[in-house]
Amino acid sequence: MEFAELIKTPRADNVVLHRPFYLAVEGTLCLTGHHLIFSSRRQDNAEELWLLHSNIDSIEKRFVGSLGTIIIKCKDLRIIQLDIPGMEECLNIASSIEALSTLDSVTLMYPFFYRPMFEIVEDGWRSFLPDQEFELLSSVTDEWRLSCINKEFSVCPSYPPVVIVPKSIDDEALRKVAMFRHGSRFPVLSYYHKKNGMVMMRSSQPLTGTNGRRCKEDEKLINATLRPGKRGYIIDTRSLSVAQQARAKGGGFEQEVHYPQWRRIHKCIERFNILQESLIKLVEACNDQSHNMDRWLSKLEASNWLTHIKEILTAACLAAQCIDREGASVLVHGTEGTDSTLQVTSLAQIILDPRCRTIRGFESLVVREWLQAGHPFQQRCAQSAYSNGKQKWEAPVFLLFLDCVWQILRQFPCSFEFNEQFLIMLFEHAYASQFGTFLGNNENERSKLKLPQKTMSLWSWVNRSEELRKFQNPLFEANSLVIWPSVAPQSLQLWEGVFLRWNRPSKFLDEAHEEMINIIKYNKELQAKVNALRRQLAEMETDDKM
Amino acid sequence: MLQVENVKLLDRYTNRKAANGTLYLTATHLIYVDASAEVRKEIWILHHHIATVEKLPLTTAGYPLLIHCKNFHVAHFVIGQERDCHEVYTSLLKLSQPVKSEELYAFSYNPKMSKENREIGWKLIDLKVDYQRMGIPNDYWEITDVNKDYEVCNTYPPEIVVPRAANKAVVIGSSRFRSRGRIPVLSYLYKENNAAICRCSQPLSGFSARCLEDEQMLQAIREANPGSPFMYVVDTRPKLNAMANRAAGKGYENEDNYDNIRFKFIGIENIHVMRNSLQKLLEVCEMKSPSMSDFLTGLENSGWLRHIKAVMDAGVFLAKAVKDEKASVLVHCSDGWDRTAQVCSLASLLLDPFYRTFKGFMVLIEKEWIAMGHKFSHRCGHLDGDPKEVSPVFTQFIECVWQLMQQFPCAFEFNERFLLEIHDHVYSCQFGNFLGTCHKEREDLKIFEKTHSLWPFLLQKKQELRNPLYRGFTAYKELQPNTLPFSFQFWCGMYNRFDKGMHPKQCVLDHLLSSMSQKMKLEDNASELENKLPFLDGPLPSEACSLSKVGRAASKTPMLNTPQDYEGEPPPVLSNGSSARETDVTPGVDQKHKENLSRDQDLHNLSDTTNVLDSVAKDGKPWHH
Repeated sequence: MEFAELIKTPRADNVVLHRPFYLAVEGTLCLTGHHLIFSSRRQDNAEELWLLHSNIDSIEKRFVGSLGTIIIKCKDLRIIQLDIPGMEECLNIASSIEALSTLDSVTLMYPFFYRPMFEIVEDGWRSFLPDQEFELLSSVTDEWRLSCINKEFSVCPSYPPVVIVPKSIDDEALRKVAMFRHGSRFPVLSYYHKKNGMVMMRSSQPLTGTNGRRCKEDEKLINATLRPGKRGYIIDTRSLSVAQQARAKGGGFEQEVHYPQWRRIHKCIERFNILQESLIKLVEACNDQSHNMDRWLSKLEASNWLTHIKEILTAACLAAQCIDREGASVLVHGTEGTDSTLQVTSLAQIILDPRCRTIRGFESLVVREWLQAGHPFQQRCAQSAYSNGKQKWEAPVFLLFLDCVWQILRQFPCSFEFNEQFLIMLFEHAYASQFGTFLGNNENERSKLKLPQKTMSLWSWVNRSEELRKFQNPLFEANSLVIWPSVAPQSLQLWEGVFLRWNRPSKFLDEAHEEMINIIKYNKELQAKVNALRRQLAEMETDDKM
Repeated sequence: MLQVENVKLLDRYTNRKAANGTLYLTATHLIYVDASAEVRKEIWILHHHIATVEKLPLTTAGYPLLIHCKNFHVAHFVIGQERDCHEVYTSLLKLSQPVKSEELYAFSYNPKMSKENREIGWKLIDLKVDYQRMGIPNDYWEITDVNKDYEVCNTYPPEIVVPRAANKAVVIGSSRFRSRGRIPVLSYLYKENNAAICRCSQPLSGFSARCLEDEQMLQAIREANPGSPFMYVVDTRPKLNAMANRAAGKGYENEDNYDNIRFKFIGIENIHVMRNSLQKLLEVCEMKSPSMSDFLTGLENSGWLRHIKAVMDAGVFLAKAVKDEKASVLVHCSDGWDRTAQVCSLASLLLDPFYRTFKGFMVLIEKEWIAMGHKFSHRCGHLDGDPKEVSPVFTQFIECVWQLMQQFPCAFEFNERFLLEIHDHVYSCQFGNFLGTCHKEREDLKIFEKTHSLWPFLLQKKQELRNPLYRGFTAYKELQPNTLPFSFQFWCGMYNRFDKGMHPKQCVLDHLLSSMSQKMKLEDNASELENKLPFLDGPLPSEACSLSKVGRAASKTPMLNTPQDYEGEPPPVLSNGSSARETDVTPGVDQKHKENLSRDQDLHNLSDTTNVLDSVAKDGKPWHH
């Protein structure tokens, strides 16, 4: 297919662009295969807006006489309006945008066409390999091994080719365990807590069914992570009743009789459409410019977004608490083990492991616990808050995770190497990007698409010093402690940086941020100057003695 | 002094084991010393800060005593013996609600300060200087002593600013037509265009009454701003309330009777609605492990943020009228000492960067609140009196300022703590500024002779109360805040101020403040070193080495952090108690002012060390599922 076929009107003049808090600008609109480009013709202040078609969530058109108006709602939650003279032009442009923003085939997406304009210092596709992670692990414990059982994705389609499992469990046993777990997602290592040797594993639900099926190998596998005489915790991210209902469909949960050394705790983290609806409601509330406080608060409440944040954070804190405070090992799962499970395991690591609070460590966490762990990004992020069709698989699971990280960052503003912008950037790229990183639903799909060969990795771009500078937190001071966030409602806030980003000017907040950077930068320079002077003085004194 | 041993202090939010210690009642403070902690911890509560004391039903642990403070501190004690509990209860009731003004702390508070310094302290804020700053007196406005014997209005100060065109007869005539004689006087003059904000009480218009002098007075105000053909008259009450007042011979201005006025209602609710709203808000803040829904619904139902927004909207309206429409505004409510004070002071703050400095903010409070007769004594319940007179009017103003700080982080010279300090002392009665209800009463109480002023005390603490992000006087002129509902946040630092567990565990403000002090040290260091070096022309060694540790040590505020009850049910027993004891540390800032401070400085420490799970393990509760 040629993109040209979809573009009936590639260019329109005298188009007026409206954005909140900016004056309307007149200019020229161009459509290319992957971008909508608007450029103002004003000589003094030439402005260009480049919008990826894949960032467009929905589009509406209206006509007043022969003046057409297109309202474009983006996955990053921005809304822009284009006034296009000429009904035919407007209709053509609208239908082109619609077609181009909903391409069926992944291989037509922009990452397959994007040619980087920057020098690649480090290939991001090779930045975070499982072997490196295992090497780190092997330096502290020899109880685990790297299994290549899933090399051809033959055992578990949503797992990466290599996984870390207890050394005492051989591949044969793993195969049996895989048969006992939903989608074959057998328990694998998620995190090793160096401080006390406790571990966090993740999996999907066991397929106990109504007749209480059991699997000795499964029991053996997870028991292998326990210290003699100690108990562990299974954190089921579903409520007990949901877990019980799952049995009717062949799923279920670990029964006490078969797992006597484990205590099961049920937490209630919502799934799919409930989360998607929550996002839609929240964004609608944020975009409602009515001046009524009661309406705002009641809409905020009704969206349940902050309720989800609180639930997810609470579950993650509990997992972390079991590991760090109780010295117990933990297994986390929900149903598929690809959504709420990953929210919990990744957030628990941020709480427990200072490394995950660095930029590189956080990237590695996203790769390990989201991309390699098989969170179906393509399905979940196909549509965002303005989707109006019937969604099936869309859900802001990753955005909720980022929001939770932001909440922790807000409570521990000096403990993270990255800033809020870094999280916002990840949110944007998960939904629409020139990079291949978030394409596909799992490693299997990514390898079939040959993404590492055909597309650029987001990490190749981010991890260059020019970009990194934007994402660094000036207040960062390495903090080796476990950080326990508060989950009281008073401690949780709406993430303004994402949800109010396009609804209010940020000038004064940006200035405050700049001021903060300046204060700290100035101090560093001053410190360097004092040090230099000291040295100089010391040298002179030694010279004098000689 | 009363002393009770074996008193438990419960933690409101966690299942943590209660502290055990000794409770003392001194003449001025309730002091609780926690004996169970490894490091000595004290809580100081000023008697004047106590709003309510309640005896709760007997529990297995003993006789509970619940204390609510006006600065939103809540202390839940459990006392072993009923007799002790009752004695503490009755003593506190007496101590917290003095009957006579002379019993207030300010009259006994005696810091080591010379008489001269005390007097200088009272002269620190001079309102005349502020009027001069606005260019008054000028062709249109004058400072008059027509009220020197309080004959015009006994709740106004002796000196007021009125239009030159309004002669004594007009002033007196107008005063007879205004509730309690509170005639229109100048609050703020916007020098750039001569538009003024004036304030007064409601007219005694009833259904049809008129007063020529009052009409002349408004005309004089309008004509003092020749650039505008009209002026606004803003009634800050809801229209219904204002109309109801007409039946009592009061009411609002009839547009037909006054030349070229534009009359407008801005619906801010009355003191009773505000009192109830705060009560509801505090109930929400005190809920034990509420869900997000409980909290947000409670916040909405309290109406608190709706009221804050209403006050802010009114302030923004005034500032816009003055700046954009170049029109003068006359503001009133009923008596013109509550809503009017809120709105006028907020508008000044929006228009004039001076009021966003330390000194300017003090001037603003002295001018619009203290001098113009906001009844602090009644609104704050300083003395045993009518509980229906109590209302958080000033608290709302302070919160509006905080909301502005959130939107304009670099526009204020002071930080959140400055607001909290002022708020504390409005209730503490430790300084004379907020005693009584008006200037005349403060003279009668001889506060200028017998008590100290708060302002010099606050200026001494400038270093810790300043805003490190402040960009200076000239960076922003007028502020135009966003007043869409989502621009208003719940102020956890005020209403849950003493629940440290809810606050961010690392404080950006502390971090930046220590950066500032580090900066000063480094600058001193640098210049000292530079003086020692004879030749500085040569290039400095390029590499920075780690010779110096200057300032490093000072910059760390240790992080206090333990898990809370994340399970939402009694936590399980530990298999091994990993009791990581973190040492008890308080940021140095708070240590210094024990003597003066009513607030308990050690609440930081209460969010202490022992794991939630540990304490339960000791209690030996079984596994819970």
